[in-house]
Amino acid sequence: MENKSTILKLSFVGLLSAGLLLFFFASNKSEPYTDLAVLNCHCPPGFKLNEDNKCIAKNLYQQYDSPNNLGVGGLQTGLPEGRDGFTPQEIDLGRYLFFDPVLSIDGSMSCATCHEPHKGFSDGLPTSIGKDNLKLDRAAPTLWNVGYLNRLFWDGRANSLEEQMETTLFSEVEMANTPENLLNTLNNIDNYRRLFAEAYPERGKNKDIELAEIYKALAAFQTSLVSLNSKYDQYAHGYHEALNEKEIEGLNVFRSFVARCAECHTPPLFTNQQFAVIGTPEPDGLPLDPGAEIPFADKSMRGAFKVPTLRNIDLTAPYMHSGKFETLREAVEFYTKGRGHAVPKDEKLYIHWHIWEPQLTDYELDRLVDFLKTLNDESFMPKIPEALPSGLKITNQQTLIP
Amino acid sequence: MKSTLFKIIGGLLLLAIGVFLGRTLLSSSGESTVPMPSTMQYRNIGHSGDTTQVAQRKEFTGQIIEVKKGGSIQEAVKAANPGDLIRVFPGTYSENVYIDKDDISLQGVVIKGEWPTLNGNHKINDAFLYSGNGILIENFKIINYKGNGIMGQAGNNFIIRNNWIIDTGVYGIFPQFGKNGLIEHNVLSKIADAAIYVGMCDNIDVLHNEVFDSVAGIEIENSRHCLVENNYVHNNTGGLLAFITPGLPIKTAFNIIFRNNFVVNNNHPNFGAPGSTVASIPPGTGILIMAADDVIIENNIITGNKNTGITIVDLATGDPKANDPNSEGNPDRVVILDNIMFDNGNDPTGEIKAIMLTQLDSKGPDIFAYGGGTGSTIRDKNRYRTFGLDGYGPAQIEDTKDIKTFMLNAPVPPRSVTDQELGEITYYGVCAGCHAFGTTLIGVDTQIIKEIYVDNPQGIVNYITKPLNLRDDYPEMPPQDYLSEEAKMAVAKYILQMTN
Repeated sequence: MENKSTILKLSFVGLLSAGLLLFFFASNKSEPYTDLAVLNCHCPPGFKLNEDNKCIAKNLYQQYDSPNNLGVGGLQTGLPEGRDGFTPQEIDLGRYLFFDPVLSIDGSMSCATCHEPHKGFSDGLPTSIGKDNLKLDRAAPTLWNVGYLNRLFWDGRANSLEEQMETTLFSEVEMANTPENLLNTLNNIDNYRRLFAEAYPERGKNKDIELAEIYKALAAFQTSLVSLNSKYDQYAHGYHEALNEKEIEGLNVFRSFVARCAECHTPPLFTNQQFAVIGTPEPDGLPLDPGAEIPFADKSMRGAFKVPTLRNIDLTAPYMHSGKFETLREAVEFYTKGRGHAVPKDEKLYIHWHIWEPQLTDYELDRLVDFLKTLNDESFMPKIPEALPSGLKITNQQTLIP
Repeated sequence: MKSTLFKIIGGLLLLAIGVFLGRTLLSSSGESTVPMPSTMQYRNIGHSGDTTQVAQRKEFTGQIIEVKKGGSIQEAVKAANPGDLIRVFPGTYSENVYIDKDDISLQGVVIKGEWPTLNGNHKINDAFLYSGNGILIENFKIINYKGNGIMGQAGNNFIIRNNWIIDTGVYGIFPQFGKNGLIEHNVLSKIADAAIYVGMCDNIDVLHNEVFDSVAGIEIENSRHCLVENNYVHNNTGGLLAFITPGLPIKTAFNIIFRNNFVVNNNHPNFGAPGSTVASIPPGTGILIMAADDVIIENNIITGNKNTGITIVDLATGDPKANDPNSEGNPDRVVILDNIMFDNGNDPTGEIKAIMLTQLDSKGPDIFAYGGGTGSTIRDKNRYRTFGLDGYGPAQIEDTKDIKTFMLNAPVPPRSVTDQELGEITYYGVCAGCHAFGTTLIGVDTQIIKEIYVDNPQGIVNYITKPLNLRDDYPEMPPQDYLSEEAKMAVAKYILQMTN
């Protein structure tokens, strides 16, 4: 009895003093205090912590070589060089930032607004919605396995995740922030000051948050989005029972030189990371998207887009750069409808040589769809934070529905 | 008298025994005399050309699986294990055979001119599609497919030999992303793109093939270290090609030898699919070098090609429509050694015709070079009719007789991972989705698993193969039976030695 009451008394005193401390030190801040866990000191799945506190990528494709080390080939081919070596704390900090709408100018959008975890890190829209409900020009690409890509955006205009996010954060039609305002905002949130100091201990506790730290943490989190454990992968590693007969038929259509899907959507990433003009139609009323012609200042790339990965493709409808096709079936059917059949009459595009007239049957198209669905794998889905360091709510409620 | 009788009887007896023995022992059926396929042979480097000593060769250690008329080659492949030989007897097989296993050999057995024939009826995409290493495919007749006769996607150390391939769609033989391969003694015709297409490969020999009535005969594209020798290449639109095609992930083509080939009368009208790279090859093209570097053309017989004998162009000239800033588009350091060339260019077409007319010449040249490129040389420029070879200096080599092969002197080894590494990548690459050491994610803490199964890796293997839901507070674990036995044991042992 006595012991218990002592403990009670002590904890009461403790709570009181903690409350007082909080009152004095936090009361001048406007945002509500949110109790947050410290940053995760474990690597996310798919990574091993090394002695230098870095997360090193580990996956079954490391059993295999890849021709000329480019990460394109057949079933048992290694991946291209990817990004890893971030600390668990950086990755976890990046996770909070990714979901936090405080990154946008008016607190309305986070990265996850257009890259929702449960929509394949895309948004389910033909083209994304930007600031003030503005309809943007292109679809949000998936972020699964984005750490292995050497060019970002549909038109490939960014060479790194850092470059990519700089554009998005500060684009007037997207998150519309400014570097000054973003820094100012984050540096005025104690939680973030504490978390950044934890993720970047070597730079001293009291230093201000810097842009490079924000970029690095966001990049770190995105590289942790790894999807390499689909049914297809089980087949590729030698367990042939992983796919049923129809799915295997689909795989064989996929890689045959009639359909030629695998020529550009090459395993193991299901992209060869090249640009291709395939001549898909735009949704009604939209003009032709010049694509990579603009950043590369090259007429021959008019209408060219980066070949997207097909991993988790079943989760990211609608399809193509402006979401013209609502279903996978429509998307695969496009390729058998004739070379250049959807190119506007007044346009001359240099359609990729692999686009031809394969005369795929309905049966084959159905099998292709069966196969594409075997590329689903969300087993390394990250946890969505329960509370955000900014105290803001996670904007998109759909995100919370698994 | 007696002894003579004995001798006669003895002689007759011996004869009878001899006939009996001969009948029973020597008159075996045709089938059992099928020789084993000869496998890849690796000679020691540095050996002089007069030795045939083989340092290493693959031995057949597996089962022989026979497929007879009415059977299915694919079913045999499904049943086969690495090291097995699948023998296919005469008959017509309308299937798409895919081989996602290593070290499988497929040998057709031709009996009295009857071939095992794969017939796609213009409906099936590919006859053979492989992704494994160490694949051997020989003695098949392959006809009427839509895509390819034989296509490889990755797969090193392959042999494709003695196949008779007619009208199999886009390509006849098409290894892609392969290293160390041999394509020999195949006869191919009526292919709408390249009959033999070596794409994004390394260290390939293409020897003793006959290739005709196709758009492109033998095409070496975005590949390195390829020897194309002793082939008879006739009546295609273009005969021998060394290309860089822009927009592919592997962007170089160099160190290619065209040697001792007949490149004759390649004047077939172009029937390539609209938009394909080969659709723009003018009929009458003997050899075409586009953007490839370090190509040596030696001792070929190049005659009767109506447009040109040899055309050498850069990408900007040859394929201006697809730009790729990462592909270097100039053919550099082309070497033309002794070749027999006559009767080429009798009826030039298109741009070459126009360019030659500016030279007041109505014939196409033996050798035509146009566009960029540096360092190219020719051994005896005077003997040929040439255009655009002003920059070509004298060749610095006389021949390539020291190069016997571009294949490797040992098979490309599979990347080897230790059990420890296999355990590690399996743990972090698969198990870590639900388990972590010292903390609970979705499944049980790995540390607890480790403590339960001390010295009992097999216990872990058994559990993960067929998990039982032992704990109410955890979700049911999906079986990990798709992992190989090797990987399961490796990861079990890995877990047992983890410390953090």
